[in-house]
Amino acid sequence: MSREDSLVTVQWVEDNLDTPGVVLIEVDEDTTAYDKGHIRNAIKLDWTTDLQDQVRRDFVDKAGFEKLLSERGVGNDDTVVLYGGNNNWFAAYAYWYFKLYGHRDVKLMDGGRKKWELDSRELVQEVPTRPATTYTATEQDTSIRAFRDDAVAAIGVQNLIDVRSPDEFAGRLLAPAHLPQEQSQRAGHIPTSLNVPWSKNCNDDGTFKSDADLRKLYDEVGIDDSKDTIALCRIGERSSLTWFVLQELLGFKNVKNYDGSWTEYGSLVGVPIALGDEPGEA
Amino acid sequence: MCGATEGGLSLDGVNVAKEAVIQGQVTRAGEPVGSAYVRLLDGSGEFTAEVPTSATGHFRFFAGDGEWTLRTLAPKADPVDRKVRAQVGEVAEVAIAV
Repeated sequence: MSREDSLVTVQWVEDNLDTPGVVLIEVDEDTTAYDKGHIRNAIKLDWTTDLQDQVRRDFVDKAGFEKLLSERGVGNDDTVVLYGGNNNWFAAYAYWYFKLYGHRDVKLMDGGRKKWELDSRELVQEVPTRPATTYTATEQDTSIRAFRDDAVAAIGVQNLIDVRSPDEFAGRLLAPAHLPQEQSQRAGHIPTSLNVPWSKNCNDDGTFKSDADLRKLYDEVGIDDSKDTIALCRIGERSSLTWFVLQELLGFKNVKNYDGSWTEYGSLVGVPIALGDEPGEA
Repeated sequence: MCGATEGGLSLDGVNVAKEAVIQGQVTRAGEPVGSAYVRLLDGSGEFTAEVPTSATGHFRFFAGDGEWTLRTLAPKADPVDRKVRAQVGEVAEVAIAV
């Protein structure tokens, strides 16, 4: 993969709002953002209701994903372009999710909703209707999804990239600072993980830094690309963005996103945890 | 928005005793800016969080003890940086003009 295959500019989106076969989808942490105004012809996916099983903590299954996309009018051959708020955290998560279920042509809009808004581009209220399709998903591609046992087994062996803010990594905060801090799990990080906050991938306006700058960032922190890599954060959205950078923009092989992330790991009984700013020992 | 209260975003439902709240309002020529983004940077200038402002220009963070910087981005305006000190149990109110 490369930047050309996986990323489009806001201008490209504006130029292709009416292009047949291009489906624009907004996915936001704030699931009401779309309803307050969205890019013309964009449909919405709600990460809390559409993309999560409503009983177990897991994704909707293959049949559920097929039903969802069929109802919303997304076809297997469509070019899906995702965008959202929070510098595309949840759009990157949806990108990874579409890849997990084998969608062939999926792209992120560089800069997301923030870049679009800061450019003062048009947002509308009208909700488009799309004719239903018969969508067929593949089985989950678990080569890009890490589970808790993978995370524990990676300590001291693989690259563990923890993309939370330095204060969350060190254990001084439990959640991003726009959310309340009261949580049940322990604070800290998986020993031997490197802290590369997701924000280092992005410019202030939410667009990704250049490939050269991104490569320099990961070279400087000492990521070893001869090893497999697991990215994690608190609930797996910010780390989707770093997964996107490593695998889709920089072409690293064998990068997995750990969607359980800290809310799972930090609640496991008996696993090792490191506190403070250093990676810690295996 | 008509009737919007200045600053003083409601703290209903927030356990202030356990949080170091930083909140405020973004305005342009005295009018609330509902399309701005406020970024919270830590003492070393590292990004910590970002929120879009509400329709009334308000924003809120749950930070920790220490000195922080608020960087505000708004359409057709240069970024504005403001330093703020937060402490658990207190609410730091910041008015930002772009």
